[in-house]
Amino acid sequence: MIDFELTQEQNDAIKRAHQIAEEMFRPISRYYDEHEHESPNEMIDTLWSRRQEATLFGGLDLTAALTVEEVCWGDAGFYLVAPGPCLGGAAVFAAGTREQMERFLKRFSEGGPKWGAMAMTESGCGSDTSAISTTAVRDGDEWVINGEKIFVTWGKRALEESDGFVVVWANIDRSAGRAGMKSFVVEAGTPGVRVEKLEKKLGIKVSDTATIVFENCRVPFDNILGSPEIKKAAEGKAAGFKGAMATFDVTRPIVGAMALGVARAALDFVKDVLREEGIEVRYGSPRKNLTTIEKDVMEMEANYKAAKMLILRSLWMMGQLQPNNLESSMAKAKAGLAATKITQKAIEIMGPLGYSRKYLLEKWMRDAKINDIFEGTGQINMLIVARRILNYSRDELK
Amino acid sequence: MISFSPTEEQQMIVNMVRQFAEDEVRKVYRECDESGEIPDRIVNTAWSLGLVSTGIPEEYGGGDGEHSSITGCLIAEELAWGDLSIAMHILCPALVALPVLEMGTAEQKKKYLPGFCGAKYRPASAALIEPRFNFDPCALATAARLDGNAYILNGQKCYVPLAAEAETLIVYASDNGTGQAFVIDKGTPGLVIGEREKNMGIKGLATYELTLNDCRVPRENRLGGADGCDFNRLLNCSRVALSAMAVGVARAAFMYSRDYAKERVAFGEPIAARQAIAFMLAEMAIEIDSTRLMTWEAAWRLDRKEEATKEASLVKMYADDMVLMVTDRAVQILGGHGYIREHPVELWLRNGRGFVTFDGMAIV
Repeated sequence: MIDFELTQEQNDAIKRAHQIAEEMFRPISRYYDEHEHESPNEMIDTLWSRRQEATLFGGLDLTAALTVEEVCWGDAGFYLVAPGPCLGGAAVFAAGTREQMERFLKRFSEGGPKWGAMAMTESGCGSDTSAISTTAVRDGDEWVINGEKIFVTWGKRALEESDGFVVVWANIDRSAGRAGMKSFVVEAGTPGVRVEKLEKKLGIKVSDTATIVFENCRVPFDNILGSPEIKKAAEGKAAGFKGAMATFDVTRPIVGAMALGVARAALDFVKDVLREEGIEVRYGSPRKNLTTIEKDVMEMEANYKAAKMLILRSLWMMGQLQPNNLESSMAKAKAGLAATKITQKAIEIMGPLGYSRKYLLEKWMRDAKINDIFEGTGQINMLIVARRILNYSRDELK
Repeated sequence: MISFSPTEEQQMIVNMVRQFAEDEVRKVYRECDESGEIPDRIVNTAWSLGLVSTGIPEEYGGGDGEHSSITGCLIAEELAWGDLSIAMHILCPALVALPVLEMGTAEQKKKYLPGFCGAKYRPASAALIEPRFNFDPCALATAARLDGNAYILNGQKCYVPLAAEAETLIVYASDNGTGQAFVIDKGTPGLVIGEREKNMGIKGLATYELTLNDCRVPRENRLGGADGCDFNRLLNCSRVALSAMAVGVARAAFMYSRDYAKERVAFGEPIAARQAIAFMLAEMAIEIDSTRLMTWEAAWRLDRKEEATKEASLVKMYADDMVLMVTDRAVQILGGHGYIREHPVELWLRNGRGFVTFDGMAIV
């Protein structure tokens, strides 16, 4: 039955997440935007000690999306520094064996705060992930990893500030192309891995975005996620590359939920200011009879809603164990763009209030933009949608 | 619990209506647009599917299914995928049946509902839109004044589908400043049916101007009797219905232009293999899907009897834009061929352009 009612559990989770957003995130949001690379340690410790609740927004299901939206309404950057398995954990979860899950994920239920990062992008390849040059060569019972990864979210926190790990994508056989792409868990403290630098960014400044260098970095043979065998395209699909892409089917709608949170923060700000000025949107009136501001607000709200519906659908499908590759990319493409446009429009509507650093609105515009970029740019997701609806391979539609 | 899965029963209805749209509607819709006539055969076949009567209780002769706006949306999308004029024509009886079913007095239900449960299609209609550029359903110029035991209605309406043949009409008018509905029988003095309108699109559907000249309507014919009706809710039911139809029209245009783009070869490969075309199609698909889901959500609120003005208005606005964007791009993808009436995309663009004007012409 088509239904949009939230469960009691979901409502409670949203309420708790909103409280964290409002009471913990918002008051210090501006400070950490202006003090890039400072770490909100007190907040991190609190989130870690309350991680039973924090896992509510550390998950990757529909309920998590609802709470991710809520905490990102507070501050998207803080959501990204919340300790937990994060993207690295998602990769282990998606492709790891039971033994690997136990070995790598257990740490998130004990001791101090930890993070799990994922390293994919390189200076020479972003969206074209199959062109990575980082290599992993087998040497007896070990893999030897060499290469440099950039834009690793949580990179520093995972490797230097906690006993976390980074899942690194490397090629075990360049001649095999995409089929040779495999992922490896590199734990904090492993010799041969180091954080080279932290990026300075447009937004989500509190989140650490690191360059990581692997120099003859040796990890146990069993740290490979998925099969060490190279399945050539001729035997079916390029299994290694597909593993990476399957992770995205899960994480893309979650990134979409982040975008929703930021977009709604901007929308709420605009509506609050308008309400104080006595301006209410006349929803039932024909559009041509409305003021420009009313039309703009309605368009922003509708776009927010459109994105939200796509996100909920893709995660509902995942929960039903239905393939959701198309729907995840639809949701991500729509949400990333919607949040970008909504926050930018909000600044236009708010005039001097919007552009001023006295308010958070300008920050939300900067924060929102990343959602149209990471986990697949809007254009890459459109390409995936296009291939799916046309039933084209990547060779047929480049 | 959030779910995007129609019930088994709903899926059966969808499959049945889709089959009908494919096998019957798609065979005649171009001819209907050119001639302005919809064959009785199509209308009668559709009527025999029981799309309107199923939601009417057994005591009035209906199918005793529970009326659901969500189900209505699913049906409206499939029919409009077939053709918008035919979809609106087929669903016209609901313009009277549903308001009476939801908001009528016991007498009104007894009087009018059985007529919609017979074996024969019963033409009915509703008059909401008024012929001025700044028409606003929340501020109707058509007025109803109580005079003893009757209301006197005065005003002008347009875009009234099937007005000439309708056995019963609901006319929306301002009653002391609030919108109310008045059930008017065919032939009531003062109810003047004008010329058939000539529109840019929905040319198969016969729509009329209508004038109310001191039209006397018995007091008991005000929908809902002394309490009146929830006019706003009826507007929302209409917004949702039209949004669902917009999704249907857009889906038709999307599917056609997608298939065309895969077959049409230029510079040595199908034009769909170029991002300029492929990305247009991707955006069309995304916007169609999101509009459908928003429509469902608004309909879900209506089924729960919740206030849904915001949701229904948002989705209607979104659907108006979406269907224009999608149908325009479909024409664009076909290029010169899209402009020729041999292909259907120009028809869908003309029909799609209408949604922003349409109000109260369908209801779920």
